[in-house]
Amino acid sequence: MSTVNGIGETPAHEGGSARNDKAEKIDFSSDQEIRWCPGCGDYSILKQVETLLAQSGKKKEDVVFISGIGCSSRFPYYMDTYGMHSIHGRAPTIVSGLRSVRPDLSVWMVTGDGDAMSIGGNHIIHLLRRNVDVNVLLFNNQIYGLTKGQYSPTSPEGAVTRSTPMGSTDHPFNPLALVKGADGTFIARSMDRDPKHMREVLARADAHRGTSFLEIYQNCNVFNDGAFEVFTEKASKPDHVLFMEHGKPLLFANGTKGIKLDGMTPVILDLSTGAHSADDCWVHNERDGFKASILVRLFDDPRLQGAMPRPFGVFFVADRPTHEEKLQAQVKRAKEVKGPGDLDKLLQGEHTWTIG
Amino acid sequence: MSINTKPPKPVEERSNVVILFAGDSGDGIQLTGTQFTGTNALFGNDVSTFPNYPAEIRAPIGTLAGVSGFQLHFGSVEIFTPGDQCDVLVVMNAAALSANLDKLKPGGIIIANSDGFDKKNLRLAGYIDAADPLTDGSLVNFQVHAVDVTKLTRTALEDSTLGMKEKDRCKNMFVLGFINWMFSRENTLAEGFLEKKFGKKPDLLEANRKALVAGYFYGETSETFTTRFEVKAAPLPKGTYRAITGNQGTALGLIAGAQKAKLDLFYGSYPITPASEILHELSRHKNFGVITFQAEDEIAAIGSAIGASYGGALGITASSGPGIALKTEAMGLALMLEIPLVIVNVQRGGPSTGLPTKTEQADLWQAVLGRNGEAPIPVLAASTPIDCFDMAFEAVQIALEHMTPVILLTDGYIANGSEPWRFPAADSLPEIKPPFIASREAGTPSAAEAFLPYARDERGVRPWAIPGQAGLQHRIGGIEKQDLTGNISYDPRNHEKMVRLRAEKVARIADRYKPIRLDSGPAEGELLVVGWGSTYGAIRTAALQLQKEGHAVAHVHLRHLFPFNKGLGPLLKNYQKVLVPEMNSGQLRQLLRAEYLVDAQGLNKIQGMPFTSEEIRVGILNQLKS
Repeated sequence: MSTVNGIGETPAHEGGSARNDKAEKIDFSSDQEIRWCPGCGDYSILKQVETLLAQSGKKKEDVVFISGIGCSSRFPYYMDTYGMHSIHGRAPTIVSGLRSVRPDLSVWMVTGDGDAMSIGGNHIIHLLRRNVDVNVLLFNNQIYGLTKGQYSPTSPEGAVTRSTPMGSTDHPFNPLALVKGADGTFIARSMDRDPKHMREVLARADAHRGTSFLEIYQNCNVFNDGAFEVFTEKASKPDHVLFMEHGKPLLFANGTKGIKLDGMTPVILDLSTGAHSADDCWVHNERDGFKASILVRLFDDPRLQGAMPRPFGVFFVADRPTHEEKLQAQVKRAKEVKGPGDLDKLLQGEHTWTIG
Repeated sequence: MSINTKPPKPVEERSNVVILFAGDSGDGIQLTGTQFTGTNALFGNDVSTFPNYPAEIRAPIGTLAGVSGFQLHFGSVEIFTPGDQCDVLVVMNAAALSANLDKLKPGGIIIANSDGFDKKNLRLAGYIDAADPLTDGSLVNFQVHAVDVTKLTRTALEDSTLGMKEKDRCKNMFVLGFINWMFSRENTLAEGFLEKKFGKKPDLLEANRKALVAGYFYGETSETFTTRFEVKAAPLPKGTYRAITGNQGTALGLIAGAQKAKLDLFYGSYPITPASEILHELSRHKNFGVITFQAEDEIAAIGSAIGASYGGALGITASSGPGIALKTEAMGLALMLEIPLVIVNVQRGGPSTGLPTKTEQADLWQAVLGRNGEAPIPVLAASTPIDCFDMAFEAVQIALEHMTPVILLTDGYIANGSEPWRFPAADSLPEIKPPFIASREAGTPSAAEAFLPYARDERGVRPWAIPGQAGLQHRIGGIEKQDLTGNISYDPRNHEKMVRLRAEKVARIADRYKPIRLDSGPAEGELLVVGWGSTYGAIRTAALQLQKEGHAVAHVHLRHLFPFNKGLGPLLKNYQKVLVPEMNSGQLRQLLRAEYLVDAQGLNKIQGMPFTSEEIRVGILNQLKS
């Protein structure tokens, strides 16, 4: 990406589009002009993925990006890897087939809240339960961008959009609760405006064997600007964002507040008074599936008084054999037991008779 | 077997016999039918079968909705169809008789399980005032043999410790034994089958075997049956045979194609009648590098197959009409990607859910025309169970060698029907050569070359570069692409060029077809019958008969529905009239009219049931007269 189009010259924030600032990243950039709107959160994600891949030492030819339809789904065109920009909502199906026959590749799936949670909702849950080894990047901007501003399945109730002038009447999906419900084996959240955090979580997702599901809060500055600013802006971020770290207490507000589990109910502890300390707080354990189910449910509307902070980082990790491992093991076993396929024997079948 | 001391009963020779077994879907008559078929095939008869299932798995017992049938046509002569009218009708209850009596020839034989004709059964079968047709004289034009199969089977199993329900399940073996006797066949094959099926359950094996033998001896000892029949072996070409259904043929053709291309086979599928047997068959052959994926829905079935092809395997999906409708968008994607994919449609009655267990040919337009945009996809059609193998193999050849999705049409009639198959040797099948391209490793001279994923060879075919190959990274997708590079392009002239290039590529597939060949009849004359798909046997039988009677009638059967064989246009001009029999309202007829400006006439049946050869014969005669 040596000739960046004009768009990239004026990044609106740290997630801007300048792609040629570090030599190591050029390797994974294709020669295609990027066509996202100036200031789109997608630029930041692209940059972090390129950086991660460049650092990972993967060969370009061993990496595949599969996407559906939507703004985010243009992603594969910008990577100098193998890539397919498929049809709306169906990327998980393409991934499942590709993975079944090619366990050797590094497969990434790029999708949006409309693509994954609405038209492709059925496929996402089955991808997760099968545990196909793929890194799913859900660009959640809570709006349909490519079709110019209709509400999405993650838009909050009441959202006023071009298709909901009186406000959305739909209750939104909590994507990660859905993922947990479908027995996802790697569940994480990050945001476009925290590149360092995103890079760390991307690396974790890449390292996980199985379906790594990473929800990224991504700002659509044209149709839904500021949807996540309470989580991304310096002033409000500390009070509303809870960065989870494995083995460490759940603290936020610069360490002045923490979360404790009261039975099955999380409550906020004020650590500034001296009555409670970090030792009283819930210590995050990524391997605890039951507690992860509670963590993904921390989904309060941040505008509400006393809202729980929104967790970011890795919620849950589980080791479960991948779908393709099990498929390939059956093929291997069949070959061991029956011997490699003999076409003559197959055509002959079990019963024959001879005439003449 | 023959241990009785009575003089043997007389044997009457027949050249061919049509027998229809019918009963409740739980009566097991499908098994009776397939076993009797196997025995006759093994003996050397030519055979053709037609199982006819109700849509319900277990409809209420004794009702017309629950009647399941298995028709077998076997002979000492060549057989092309499961037969029009039956010589023998075997019915397990009143509903089975009521539903099938119209299929019996005048003077035909009825063998009825009298236990299935009690008042309740008669009422359920719609006999007014529960009048018993076996005794009320209404069947005077037929030879009726009422046999209390239930009682005789129970008696034979008196010593068995099985429960009554399990004993009654052996009724189908009693019937099989009796029919074996009636047609001078041995019980050997059936006994072998029982040993295999019940080898681990000795009491069930013993009971079924006893019922089988009891049925046979009943024929020998009962006074009511005075005659046995004999159907001599047919003069079939020498060789080794097996029985094959259309769905098995399709599955084996697909595996053979993958093997000949040295590729793994990925089959993405969602269960649907009548295509599921392909999934079942393929899932048994994983040692051939076959991966079967029971997807969450029809869209995922084809999407996963596209993903597998993208990964360098042979991607295949199959379904029936409603499922194919769901796959439509993804078929367009495969066409835009220009990657190999085989889509099998085992057609059934439509539209919508339609008639799941009945047959029809009404998805031809869907296959040829049914996509958004200009989306040419080659369409093949199989005409017999054996032809399913050949056409599935050819579908794989075209998909892999021309980098295109291919649609193969079969239908419920041939998918479930079976016939003897002189299977080919693996060596006799051609190698399949996909347009692979060499990797461009860094540091080699080729690495400097820009890779053009949509550069085409002289047939218009693009190269197949597979993830993992160095130096060939590229992006593809459903958005219109720039010629050669495959990059996104909205340029108006480029779009027109790409639409034409894709169309031309598919049109050139006709270059590989063998010259068109008449199935029978004169090279020119009064009338040409143009058929496609499963109507083959009925049309062939009718055409041969009319030719024998001196009519200048020819028959051509199309296996390539899109693009057509280049010889078809000239051939149509050699006849004064063209008749197109189809199990739809005239879909091929319209395509022929549009393509060749020919005044093709239709002979159409839309009843969920195949044509009889007599219907075709009459249709041709009417056309000749008009």
